[in-house]
This record gives sequence, structure tokens and C-alpha cells, in this order.
Amino acid sequence: MTAELGHILLISALIIAGLQAVLPLWGARHNNRPLMDFAGRAAGLQALVLIGAFALLTASFVTSDFSVKLAADHSHSEKPLLYKISGVWGNHEGSMLLWVVIMALYGAFAARFSGALPRTLKARTLAIQGLLSVGFISFILFTSNPFSRLSPPPADGAGLNPLLQDPGLAFHPPFLYLGYVGFSLAFSLACGALIEGKIDKVWAQWLRAWVLLAWSFLTIGITLGSLWAYYELGWGGWWMWDPVENVSFMPWLAGTALLHSVLILGTRGQFANWTVLLAILTFSLSLIGTFVVRSGILISVHAFAVDPARGVFILGLICLISGGALLLYMFRAGLLLAFAKSFLRGGTMLSTFILSALDKPASDFKALSKEGGLLLNNILLGVATATVFLGTFYPLFIEAISPNKITVGAPYFNKTFAPIMMLLILVMGIAPLLRWVSDDKANLKKLVTYVTMPAILGGIIFTLTGAPIGSAIGMALAIYITAGVLLSARRRSRGSLSRLARQPASFYGFILGHMGMAVITLAIAVMSFQSGENIGRIKVGESLKLAPYEFTLTGVSNGKRENFNYLAGQFEVTKNERALTTLTSEQRYYPIRGMITTEAGFQFAPINTVFAALSDGDAQKGWVVRVYHQPMVIWIWIGGLMMALAGFISLIRESRSWQTAKDDVDA
Amino acid sequence: MLKALKGLSPLIIFIGFIAFLAFGLSRDPAKLDSILIDQPFPDFSLTTLDNPDAQVTHEILNGQISLVNVFGSWCVACVQEHPNLMQIDQTGRVQMIGINWRDDRDKGRKWLNRYGDPYDVILFDGDSQMAVDLGVTGAPETFIVDQAGRIRYKHIGIVTADDWRNTILPLINRLETEA
Amino acid sequence: MIRQGLTAIILSVFITFSAPAQETMPEAPIISEQEIEKRARVVGRALRCVVCQNQSIEDSNASLAEDMRTLVRARIRDGQTNEEVIDYMQSRYGDFVLLEPPVQTNTYLLWAAPFLLLLAGLAWFMRLSRRKQS
Repeated sequence: MTAELGHILLISALIIAGLQAVLPLWGARHNNRPLMDFAGRAAGLQALVLIGAFALLTASFVTSDFSVKLAADHSHSEKPLLYKISGVWGNHEGSMLLWVVIMALYGAFAARFSGALPRTLKARTLAIQGLLSVGFISFILFTSNPFSRLSPPPADGAGLNPLLQDPGLAFHPPFLYLGYVGFSLAFSLACGALIEGKIDKVWAQWLRAWVLLAWSFLTIGITLGSLWAYYELGWGGWWMWDPVENVSFMPWLAGTALLHSVLILGTRGQFANWTVLLAILTFSLSLIGTFVVRSGILISVHAFAVDPARGVFILGLICLISGGALLLYMFRAGLLLAFAKSFLRGGTMLSTFILSALDKPASDFKALSKEGGLLLNNILLGVATATVFLGTFYPLFIEAISPNKITVGAPYFNKTFAPIMMLLILVMGIAPLLRWVSDDKANLKKLVTYVTMPAILGGIIFTLTGAPIGSAIGMALAIYITAGVLLSARRRSRGSLSRLARQPASFYGFILGHMGMAVITLAIAVMSFQSGENIGRIKVGESLKLAPYEFTLTGVSNGKRENFNYLAGQFEVTKNERALTTLTSEQRYYPIRGMITTEAGFQFAPINTVFAALSDGDAQKGWVVRVYHQPMVIWIWIGGLMMALAGFISLIRESRSWQTAKDDVDA
Repeated sequence: MLKALKGLSPLIIFIGFIAFLAFGLSRDPAKLDSILIDQPFPDFSLTTLDNPDAQVTHEILNGQISLVNVFGSWCVACVQEHPNLMQIDQTGRVQMIGINWRDDRDKGRKWLNRYGDPYDVILFDGDSQMAVDLGVTGAPETFIVDQAGRIRYKHIGIVTADDWRNTILPLINRLETEA
Repeated sequence: MIRQGLTAIILSVFITFSAPAQETMPEAPIISEQEIEKRARVVGRALRCVVCQNQSIEDSNASLAEDMRTLVRARIRDGQTNEEVIDYMQSRYGDFVLLEPPVQTNTYLLWAAPFLLLLAGLAWFMRLSRRKQS
């Protein structure tokens, strides 16, 4: 019965979402209050109903009810409970259900918490959110029903893909989805504003809040994914510019740009159109990311056609959502401009700079100002997003227009994306220190000196300690960002600690976020230029050298645990001939799926991480073993988590920070 | 007017992208590969599956049309393909050459004893020398080599009865008239 | 990428790796195993494991990648230059095997676009600021 009930709940959710999409829009147009208020109630109800459906699906996984096809295909009675639960979203249908649950939850929270939004705008935003739900719930019902029955039910399930049986990956997709789907709210707010034809400060505040929330989750998701790839794939890489990674990175880059452009909008009333466009773009990239990857199109154009119903539905959905929003944008771009003119109160009446009129810059925009710096940030992040987009889709493009196949791998991104990021860092160190509206060249010169001197000095000292030039540049850039952050903290506090303590949360968010970037920059540079590796085929008792480390394979054992058999290699690691640690790396064989996975053995340390991975071989020929020494690698993820935390911190007491930003302008 | 055009530009770029995805959908997947087509079959000197001392060179390809099939006892899809190869061998239209790729001689032989041996010659390629020369990415893969020792066709994946009837056999007929 | 600490290699490993040469080069220059390994890493990082997603053969655990690593070492041992080894792989697998797409007619757009976009963005920004000053 549970599956049928789940199916019914899904259908009910579709109907509720449909009403949520239509009635409030009509109400807002005809100024009908009850219909507008209906949006919030429908959003809450929709979330409840979908949670119910999700709980029922989870129940069939947990109780190993294999008459439900999805559970039979992706679960197994012997699986640990954790993976029975994560198995719910470790497949196409279940993950789509999770997607709509999260989307509805965001809608419900928006209904509950954005009371300050004008009634019509709120109704329209929630209506768009409902419309998105209609699209995705239909997709589930028509092409990917998770509640299909299997008759007769099999004796046991087929098991979850072993690669997914890992705590890191079990929780990586929900975080990614919280990120991707969170941008749907930014999208709905943007479309709501486009229909409304005007935006105000409250709109900008809420946009910023929701974007921060989604962005922080996405940051956690990407960081977890990177960490997972590091120890599960067993080759010591933390990012490989794989298409699947790239598509999660693109909305992150666009979302980062959005976070910054909304700052200008909130403080100066500029870039209204650009911000709206960016909000549409960020969610569109999330959509393209999830669905284009899910459909398999990135691995090959042809995989897309494997399940034509899904492929066409997805393409149609993206077309309607993004195309519709862009169409709306086209009609409304000029209108927003007019309203934005009355954006700020009092004498600082500003006209808005709009993207759709490049040749007509706002009369009071000055490049040398904080907003100038933020605009540069947006330009650079935009180019970076475009580069990742191009690199990801170009092989597909070539394959589509010619019989050739090409690969766009890490070397391409190292040569294109990395320099753009370095430019961005250069802007990052200075821009936060500039004054709003206008700054002067003398001040700029002073600032450049303040942040550049310690950076160069640090780089030189680092070189003298024997670091390669690449690491030294990374160190210099990290110090550069840090100097900028410290300097702004000093300026804000004017030397007084109590004044520093009174700064709004968003200021701490800024400090932590930018410091996270500094940490990542340093870690990546040191990792890229100072890590060492060795691969070889060794037998028990033999060792691989990686000066000053030596990895000795002391034993290979095998056994059975939970639902897999393992082959474990023990490694004794010495540094300068002194015992350092023991590592265990496993090859796991999952008989239910007939798959082998590698679990790397590693010892995380603040500075020097050592890593060993055992792969195929046998007692006579020896085993292929990879050993790595990776300085600072752990800081890449710590930096990522710092950024995520920064986002959450910035959410605290939103309103106060806007007030302070205003004070700054007045000051 | 110009302003309207600029408001339109994101939409135009988006439509372009969607059009490209849709175009990708409609393309014929079979039209792929390979840079080796019409190239001479790579020079080789390999031992045979049954005799580690025998050296076979690419001279065996001269003067007759050959079907070169890459297989291994570890390869699941090869089991599925095998009956088709047995039938192709029955027609006697081509010289059947097997490349036993990344295998163990004993396992390879046992596998053939179990499923049948359609091959006239079986080359042993334990360390992918031949496979890389042929740009092989997986097993099974099948090549048709003409009388002059040039590669004329490459098939990735299982050769089905349909593939044989509709593509490979007509090609062989054409090659025979060419000669 | 400069990588330190790639030096010490256990010889026995690579003796078992050394497949017979494909074509014996006359008077192949004698290179140390360390040098071979060092160069093979550079070459290997440029080559895609053709059965993997965007991974280099040095990074992949796939068995074909292992064989390709061996072949790369064998060819370097035979006295081929890094470019010759890469060219050989390209002649077998096409541009697909190169992790860095070659600059050629069908990739001009790919290589030029990021820099053109950056220039356009910066030019736009500069124009904004110049407008203001005038």
C-alpha cells in the first residue's frame, strides 16, 4: 500500500503546486488578497505532502520492500541502515524526489520567513516556485516514477552502487541539491520581480539571504565531493576537471558573482538588471548541470538518446524554465530601470546601470570605487564561468558537428581558468578596501602598497626556505588576500577591539570567506608544486621510496565485512628512516554488484599528508601501489568549509548589516 | 531597437545552446571513428595464443580479407558476441584473426574450448601492444582488413547478426570486387 | 608541473615493465631509469586514459592505462622524444587521447574564447571609467 499512497501523494503535490502557481498570480494581478495569501499556505502544504511521499519511499528502502522496483534495483537487505537510507537518493528517481522535496521546502520557508516582502511580490515569487514544482513533479510522474511496483518481487535487492556506499558520498548529493535547488528561490524572486516590474531593498535583502544559504550548501557539497574523490578514487587528486565536477562548479561561480552583485544592488541600487539576469543564469546552470549530467549527455551525446522520453522532457523543461525567464527578462529589462531610479531614499538618487544598455553607463558609476571592484569581480567570475562551460561542453560540440572526438582536460583549465582566478585574487585583495561611490588614486596607491609589500616579502621568504616558485606565488597571493582582509578589519574597527566586535555578522562572513579563499590558494599552490608521488609494483616486504618517505608493504590480508570482501594492504611509512605511521589501503569487492572499489590509506596532517593506495596484483607479481606525499592538501577542504561557514555567518541578522553598509556610504 | 536587441542577447545565446543539444540528440551515433580507417594495419610481430615461441607478423593479412576481433576471457560482452563470430566463421568469407587481449594464455585457451574457436589465427597480446596500436579502448572490437592489409572498417562493441548482414557482408562483397 | 621527489624508483619494477621494443631504433641513447621515469610522468600526464573520464594515464588504475604507461616507458627507453611518444598515441587514438586539446582549426574558439571574453570584459570596464572622466 505504501507505494500506492506515495504515488497518490505525488499526484496531490502536483495539483497543489499547480494551484500554487496559478491562483496567486491571478490574485496579484487583480489585487485579490485571499488568493495571494493562498500561495504561502499552498507552499507549506506542498512541502508536507512531498515529505510524506519521500518518507514512504524511504520506508520501502529501510524495510527492504522489494515489491517496489526502485528498492529492488538499488537496495539490498544486507546493506547497513545508513546506506539503505542514502540508497533512496542514490538513483535517478529517488534523487528527483529529493530534488522536489527540497524545492518545496525552500518554498515553504520562503513563505514563512519573507513576510517583509510586498504582498504581490511574495505571491508572485511563490507562484513561480510552484510552477517550478509543477515541472519537476510532472517529470517524476511521467518519466521517472519512484513508486513503480515489481511483480513478483525478487528475493533480494540488487544493491547500491558500491561507489556510493561511503559516508562522504552518502551525504554529498543532499548538500549539492540544497545548493542547486536553493538557487531556485533566487530564480523565483528574480522572475517575481520581473513580473512585478520593480525591485526594492527588501527584495535585494531576501535575494541575498537565499543566495547565501544556497551558495553555502553548494560549497559544502562541492567540498565533500572533492574529499570523497580524493580518498575513494585512490589517485591522490582532489579535483580533476571532470564534467560532473564542472557542472557543480559553474553554478557555484555564478552564485559567487551573484553574492557580490547583490551587494552593489543592496547598497547602491546599481546593477539591478544584471543581478536579475545572474539569478536566472545561476539557477539555469544548476539545471543544466544536474540534468545534462544525469541524462548522460556529457559522457557522450549519444547517451542522451538512451532514454528519449527523459531526454526530451528535460530539454523541454530547461527550455521552458530558462527560456521563459529570459523572455520575461527581455520584456522587462527596461522597466526595472525606471523603478530602480527611485531605489534609494533621500538625496542619493541613483540611476541604475543596466546590462542591456552597455553603451549607456550610469552617470555616477566610477570604476575606482568599491562597486567598481565588485563589478570587476563579476566580470572575472563571469569569464571564469564561461570558460568552465566552454571547456565542459566543447568536446560535445565537436562531436556533434564533426566525426572527431577531443578531450578537454586539466591542462586546458590550468592554462585558462587559473590565470583568470589569479586576476580575481588581485582584485580581491584591494576592492574590499575601496570606498563606495568614488575613491581616489592616491588612496589606491597606498592600499596597493600596503597589501603588496607583505605579499612580496612573504613570497621571497618562502622561496628562501626552498619552496619552488609556484608555491611562493601561491603564498604571496594568500598573504595578499590576508593583508587586504586584515586592513579592512583595522579600518572598520579603527583600532578598537570593541568596535570590531560590534561589526555586523556579514563583516565576519566577509573575513572568513576571503580567508577561506586565501587558505585554498596557498594549499592548491603548495599541493601542485611540492607534492610527490611514486607508482610501482611491489611485493610484501618491499618498499617504494618517495624521499624523504619510504612506504613498505608489510602485509596483505583479506576478509569479509558487511556486504563486501576486502583485500587490505598494510603500509609502514618512515620519514628520514624514522617510523611515521601505518596506513591501510583496501580494495573492496562487492559481490552483489560485482564491482571493485579502492579505499586509499592516508594520514591527514596539518602539513604533510601521506597517502597510499593498493590496486590490482597478486602475491607472485606484486601489487600496483601508488604512494603520495601531499603537503597542505587538507587545507583545500578546510578552506572550502571556511567559505561555507562564512556564508552561514553572513545570514545572521541580515538587516543590521544593510544598515551598516548604509552608514558607510553616509560616512 | 538596439536596446531591445541587447535585452534579447541572453535569450539568443540560450536558444543557441538548446539548439545544439537538440542537434546532438538527433545525430546518428554510428558515425564515429576512426582515424585508422584506410590506414595500413599496424606492423606487428606477436606470438600466438598456443605457442609462446611462434612469431606471427602482419604478412598473414596479405592477399585476403580478414576479420580481426579483439577479445579476452575476462570480457563479458565477448561471450555474447561469440556465437555470431562462430556463424561468421561458418560462412568462410573471411580469414578470422583473434587478438587475445590482456589475458592469460591458459584462461584464453579454456575460454575458447568452452565457447568454441572461430579463429584461424589467434594472436596473443598480453600487454596491449597491439591493442594500443589499433587504438582499442575496450573489448570486443572488430576490424575488417582488406587484401592489401589496410583497415577498412572498425566496429566498437558486439558485432550482431544485423551488423554482419547489413554492414560487414556488403563491405566484404565490395572489397572482393575491388580486387 | 614541477614535481619534486620523483626520483627514487625501484629498478626491478620497470624491468618487468619493459616490453619488447616495437621498432628497434638504431643506437638508442642510453638513458637512466630515473630519467625515463621522470619523462614518462610528463608524457603520461598529457595522455588521457581512454576508458576513463578526463583522467590521465598516470592517475588511472584502469588496466589499459597501466599498459599505456608501460608502452610510454618502453618508447622512451627506445630513445623516442616525449613528442614522438605523444604523437604515436595521437596517431592511434586521435585528439581524444590528448588531455590538452591541440590548437587547431576546430579548437581556435575553445582556446581564444576565455581570453577574448576577458578582454571584452576589461575593455567594457575601462570604457565605463573613461566615460566618467571625460
